[in-house]
Amino acid sequence: MDIAEELLKGNRLALSRAITAIENEYDEATDIMKRLYPHTGHAYVLGITGPPGAGKSTLTDKIAREYRAQGKTVGIIAVDPTSPFTGGAILGDRIRMNGLTLDEGVFIRSMGTRGSLGGLSHKTADAVKALDAFGKDIIIVETVGVGQSEVDIVKAADTTMVVLIPGMGDDIQAIKAGILEIGDLYCINKSDLDGADKLVREINMMLDLDSLMTDWRPPITKVVASQNEGITELLGTVEKHRTYIEGNGELAKRRTKRTRDEILDILSSNIGSYIKKKIVDSGRLDGYVEQIRQHETDPYTVIGEVMDEMLK
Amino acid sequence: MEKKIRVLVAKPGLDGHDRGAKVVARALRDAGFEVIYTGLRQTPEQIAEAALQEDVNVVAMSILSGAHGHLFPKVVDLIHKNGMNDVLIIGGGVIPEGDIPALKEAGVSEVFTPGTPTGDVVKFINEHVKL
Amino acid sequence: MSNEKIQAELAKYEASVEKAIARFPEREHLPEKRLYTPIDIKDTDYADEISFPGVYPYTRGVQPTMYRGRFWTMRMYAGFSTAEESNKRYRMLIENGATGLSCAFDLPTQIGYDSTDPISEGEVGKVGVAIDSLADMETLFDQIDLGKVSTSMTINAPASVLLAMYIAVAEKQGVPADQLRGTIQNDILKEYAARGTYIFPPRPSMRLITNIFEYCSQNVPKWNTISISGYHIREAGSTAAQEIAFTIADGIAYCEAAIKAGLKIDDFAGRLSFFWNAHNNVLEEVAKFRASRRIWAKVMKERFHAQSDKSMKLRFHTQTAGSMLTAQQPNNNIVRVALQTAAAVMGGTQSLHTNSRDEALALPTQESVTIALRTQQIVAYESGLADVIDPLAGSYYVESMTNSIEAEAWDYIKKIDDLGGAVAAIEKGYIQKEIQDSAYKWQMDVESGARTIVGVNKFQMEEEPPKGLLKVDEAVGERQKAKVEAMKAKRDNEAVKAALADLKTACQDENENLMPHILAAVKTYATLGEICNVMREVFGEYEAHVSL
Repeated sequence: MDIAEELLKGNRLALSRAITAIENEYDEATDIMKRLYPHTGHAYVLGITGPPGAGKSTLTDKIAREYRAQGKTVGIIAVDPTSPFTGGAILGDRIRMNGLTLDEGVFIRSMGTRGSLGGLSHKTADAVKALDAFGKDIIIVETVGVGQSEVDIVKAADTTMVVLIPGMGDDIQAIKAGILEIGDLYCINKSDLDGADKLVREINMMLDLDSLMTDWRPPITKVVASQNEGITELLGTVEKHRTYIEGNGELAKRRTKRTRDEILDILSSNIGSYIKKKIVDSGRLDGYVEQIRQHETDPYTVIGEVMDEMLK
Repeated sequence: MEKKIRVLVAKPGLDGHDRGAKVVARALRDAGFEVIYTGLRQTPEQIAEAALQEDVNVVAMSILSGAHGHLFPKVVDLIHKNGMNDVLIIGGGVIPEGDIPALKEAGVSEVFTPGTPTGDVVKFINEHVKL
Repeated sequence: MSNEKIQAELAKYEASVEKAIARFPEREHLPEKRLYTPIDIKDTDYADEISFPGVYPYTRGVQPTMYRGRFWTMRMYAGFSTAEESNKRYRMLIENGATGLSCAFDLPTQIGYDSTDPISEGEVGKVGVAIDSLADMETLFDQIDLGKVSTSMTINAPASVLLAMYIAVAEKQGVPADQLRGTIQNDILKEYAARGTYIFPPRPSMRLITNIFEYCSQNVPKWNTISISGYHIREAGSTAAQEIAFTIADGIAYCEAAIKAGLKIDDFAGRLSFFWNAHNNVLEEVAKFRASRRIWAKVMKERFHAQSDKSMKLRFHTQTAGSMLTAQQPNNNIVRVALQTAAAVMGGTQSLHTNSRDEALALPTQESVTIALRTQQIVAYESGLADVIDPLAGSYYVESMTNSIEAEAWDYIKKIDDLGGAVAAIEKGYIQKEIQDSAYKWQMDVESGARTIVGVNKFQMEEEPPKGLLKVDEAVGERQKAKVEAMKAKRDNEAVKAALADLKTACQDENENLMPHILAAVKTYATLGEICNVMREVFGEYEAHVSL
């Protein structure tokens, strides 16, 4: 199967295979992406993050349904953590979205973090591009808001939504510190629980203290995703943010920065692999290590020599 | 390259006995697989479509209600219709020995009955999966 | 011997046997302690914690006479394919001395779908009988006098509909509702937590349940309106203490819902019953049954301030553990079931279903069902286990384990209280996660050999595939579909439409009791699926919480 060609023709299996190629770093992935790239740039990307148990998948399900009701097509990438001990993962987000499985206007793909350092964000970015080229209007990227790589993924969205729930207690403080400042929007899910108003006040206080505040003050929307309450209002704030960043050139700026980051990211990862391959496969690394062990040289000198040789 | 075996664990039909499916899902995760668990009451159409979107290498189904003779072959058929002919399809649950040949004939590669160690399932997948 | 003296002797004993006791790897799951003495129960006060049978806290049993008054009800769960076939099986069981009926329904019935619904394909008549309308229910109980028999129905989400059908059949037989005896399972919380045959979300489900409590207290006073079930929680893999803790927490939630709906505790609590699992470890199970009675009595007295003794008595049905049956060497299951039966009897059950040897392979044959029933009869008449009341009371080990299971269960109940009660704990996935963790640990223990299952991970042998398994005729689904279509053509469809419209209006008013409306609808031969669809429209459907 010519994956890129079939994908552009609307073949869902080709789309699925393209994402596999990206995820598994197959050699043909680069070629596929080259051919898909001209067809990207039309989709709007919504990032959704928050602590475990915040109900992100249910919320994603309801948001996707609302977009479908508006006649838009939706792609969803749901990222779950890979176990660092076994390398395995349970990707369970689809359970909340079973009602969307047979809707041809929706494509859902689950991804494990696979312990990749930094690589995850460019893999998800490429998967987003595949969905974009396929013709999805809205692409939702859902990640657990713990860990830098997840935060990186979500930062790459056009609009980033942070989902919180009342009554998470003290353990939320640590998470807050990591993800709270990245929100363009805040969503308080399960807001029928006690403590919803208190949480709104706390976020407001934090936003008041934020000295980097632009003239966009992130709105806070209370929803009960399981009851489908507040979803229309929530999407209203997404639309508002979209209009705002489209109007003041911020969207273009964000996308430019994203492209820039991507090039640097891929470049450094490729150069890294290239050098690694050269010195590991040739056995030179073992030699260096031995020399360093014997105190004949030191790591810094070795690195200098390798860099000079490879990059001249 | 970072190939990973991806497995869809699904419960077709209406029975709610998911102890086995969940234990197997965990064991597969602990064996280093990526497991997509879809929960209860999945129709054959939903299972086949999820298998396509997730581009899985393996579909593992569990039924305890006796509807396997009807539902397993239907899932196999739909997965093949989607153009996914390399997917390893396996089943488990309360399935009489006498029904197994017909299920294999229909394209279910192996059927695991109660008492099977999860290690056997892992081993079977490792030996038969096509990546 | 004084406690000090016992302590000293015990230390001597431990030192002397230390080297003599071999350490088998497959015995690793055993408790640390190997010998129990009076010291282990020195703080257990006979009057407060054990007392006499029929006396608070009912540790020794809920009736003063127990099996010296009468044996437990030997109730065999049965039902498959069509109403005609099941009716035959019921009449066979009654002729053979069964003293109560227990109806198994197929999955479409349990989830509120008609046999004609596409989602029912392949499932009709498989795990129980298919009931689509009152017509099927009439056939199911044909020539069975509902005024004489007591009937237990394993039905949950649509329990109100099946109960209404039962009342309607009785009415046609000329038996008034206040003469009806039996039980509906009606326990939706364990469906969310462990069994999976739910339909509606928790809130409307709890309303349906309290509607039944209220309706029955006025109209069907001898009916057990709920069977709060730990059985399926245990089947899903929980431990003994988790089984009773999660179930009692569910019981607390039902009581709270009923009280919130304006009922008085003593008006409904006497009709609550429980359903326990009889698992492999005989003495642990006996301790579990005893602990459960004590906890419930305390919950009723201290938490709900019940006045009536009846409210404080935990009456229970037991089924032997289906998940412990092995597909390997299936005749060994007869022995397992006999031991489980012994546990249930020594634990003081009010009724018992014994599983058949072939149920890990298929639905049981008539021959297997007969052996299972005979097992109960042998235990009752020959074993001597039913000759005295609570025969294991006073055993250092059993009393001590009764205490420790009780303590462990209280810890869970407290944890669930802190999470906001059983409904909230289920919505948060807490109970499901605890059960799954235990199930996974059990499986890993079996696979590592730390736990032995005879014929599965030890003493295996080559076997011929078993013969003579019961096979449900695949044409049953088609036949049942044709029956439904024919029935629909005959009934007064205008009356059906009007009854369903009336039910819908009633569903929308939270203060309305739905039972009379459902009863009116079933009498028009509205189908189970039609009735449930009206409720689905108003109430929505439950979405499961899964965390692995």
